[in-house]
Amino acid sequence: MKSISKYIEEKNNIGEKVFSVFLTAGFPNKNNFTQLALKVLDAGADMLEIGFPFSDPLADGTIIQYSSQTALNNGINLKTTFSYLKEIRRETGKPIILMGYANPVLNYGVKRFADDAISYGANGVIIPDIPIEEYDNFYNNSFNGLDTILLITPTTSNDRIKIIDDKSKGFIYCVSVSGTTGVQYQDKSRSIDFIKRARNAVKKNKTLVGFGISSAEDAIQFSPHCDGVIVGSAIIKSLMNDDSNFKNTMSLVSKIKNVL
Amino acid sequence: MQQLTEYEFPDINGHFGKYGGKYVPETLITPLRELEEIYLSLRNDEEFTNELLKLNKEYSGRPTPLTFADSLTDYYGKGKIYLKREDLCHTGAHKINNALGQILLAKKLGKKRIIAETGAGQHGVATATVCAKFGMKCFIYMGEIDIARQSLNVFRMKLLGAEVIPVKSGSRTLKDATNEAIRDWVTNISDTHYIIGSVVGPHPYPMMVRDFQSVIGKETKQQILEAEKRHPDYIVACVGGGSNAIGIFYPFINSGVKLIGVEAAGYGLDTDKHCATLTLGREGIFQGMKTYLLQNRDGQVSEVHSISAGLDYPGVGPEHSFLKDEVKADYYSVTDDEAIKATQLLSRTEGIIPALESAHAIAYLEYLMPKTKKEDILVVNVSGRGDKDLDTIKNKLGYSLE
Ligand SMILES: Cc1ncc(COP(=O)(O)O)c(C=O)c1O
Repeated sequence: MKSISKYIEEKNNIGEKVFSVFLTAGFPNKNNFTQLALKVLDAGADMLEIGFPFSDPLADGTIIQYSSQTALNNGINLKTTFSYLKEIRRETGKPIILMGYANPVLNYGVKRFADDAISYGANGVIIPDIPIEEYDNFYNNSFNGLDTILLITPTTSNDRIKIIDDKSKGFIYCVSVSGTTGVQYQDKSRSIDFIKRARNAVKKNKTLVGFGISSAEDAIQFSPHCDGVIVGSAIIKSLMNDDSNFKNTMSLVSKIKNVL
Repeated sequence: MQQLTEYEFPDINGHFGKYGGKYVPETLITPLRELEEIYLSLRNDEEFTNELLKLNKEYSGRPTPLTFADSLTDYYGKGKIYLKREDLCHTGAHKINNALGQILLAKKLGKKRIIAETGAGQHGVATATVCAKFGMKCFIYMGEIDIARQSLNVFRMKLLGAEVIPVKSGSRTLKDATNEAIRDWVTNISDTHYIIGSVVGPHPYPMMVRDFQSVIGKETKQQILEAEKRHPDYIVACVGGGSNAIGIFYPFINSGVKLIGVEAAGYGLDTDKHCATLTLGREGIFQGMKTYLLQNRDGQVSEVHSISAGLDYPGVGPEHSFLKDEVKADYYSVTDDEAIKATQLLSRTEGIIPALESAHAIAYLEYLMPKTKKEDILVVNVSGRGDKDLDTIKNKLGYSLE
């Protein structure tokens, strides 16, 4: 299995930006989630982020709050998330990243989480409520082999970006606008300015842009200034009203990939 | 009679032992650091402390009295009971102590828009009050369930010019109001200050709110020395997030006084309808802090219950988690019914109708008093007055006040 950074680099080398799609485990359905994930990869996603649900997702807007709550109602926990991971990994060599809040991981056991994530085939993890201040305490060197992807936002200073760049592995997640997931752009040019600043300050890692990107138009505007984009809320929103084959969602995925 | 050993927590990273910290999304790190810097530069600044002192005195009516509860003392026939009267603060609860401190910080930070969460509505009212006084826009997040059970306070907030935003997510109580307030803050950090209402959330809030609330303990120390020439043997306070408790405990930590926090046992500890976090919770990461948390096997936060909206919260301030583990304070719980009984008892013996939150502290006397000796001295923190709870109490008693 290739590392995430190597995978992104190879895509970039053939002139493509990577496209990462966020799905909430077990959403919209518990029974065909694995098929959904594989369809998303077939439709053009280069990477998958699989969200494991938490009852109090404070970095998320209403759409991902809804998908998390649905997942919890569907009985999804880390164990079921790992079983999806295992099934998806069997069918793909593309990077898979787990994303979720610290408390379920703390409960599962941080070391045990890392060991299981690796053995079931994850490449990385994003935990938005573990900033660098708590990084060493939380991960405690138990995440060897699993990339810990850190976030930067428009409020992150250049000095701080350097420190985060140093610690982040896999890539750097650039949050394009201050807010929760699914936030609407008030002023897109400010977001683009931030992404340019971020890319300049990040030396070690590839930069992927997320939070707020919802369409091929958004992707076109951001992609010249980064190494890839991440779409979450727009995909989840599409899944909320899609047919049983997820036709609209798959066409959204291909549309975005085609412009990258 | 000073603190016997040094107690200097949190450390510079906001940790109380393994608890506390800053478990927040990256967007909040910069505003939290700004807040910390301005607070640390002002906490010992003479102009700032004088301004706060003056407001506490002339606006809020501090110092609040320490009342000797002679009838309640007679009722138990054991140790001497004093009541620290935070119910007599402007707006009717200790919450104003923190709101005044933080509005001054917001002014220094140049923020024009204030947000807050509220459960019982007391913190919402306190925040709306200081916003009115300082000419700031005020938005209060409040769970739909709490809006229904504390309707009088909702009206007070509106009258004071605040906008009350109903929260429909999750359990529709204090925890969800706090989530929404944090989401608002993440989205509007450039012009907004978040006045958190208890010693919870990410650093520097637990430290800062404690410091503002410790005026309760400082006054108590002076007042009890005047009245009794010595420290009390026990201090009892209710614990929701834990701000009134830490406020009265703080100057007495490590001084040999038994510090007792009382949580809400709701329908009982053997049901799942309680919020006795320190009694039945375990370590978790929630709303920016590591602390005791009521949660299920998978680390999902529990839906909790208390008759008192201000205690209806699955977490607790990280400093209390630390004090519990270090056995510097002890934590117990009482049920809804015991709190209602205590409300009636204090009303009839002392002519003081306590808030349902504070009634939990009073209710614990049933367990504590039999163990006391006549020469023992107790201070109970009456964190607020009960006007806001009259509907709840009326419903609970079925109107039959025999
Ligand atoms: C009167 C009163 N006491 C106590 C509390 C509980 O909060 P804390 O534990 O932070 O003092 C509240 C909260 O609303 C309150 O209104």
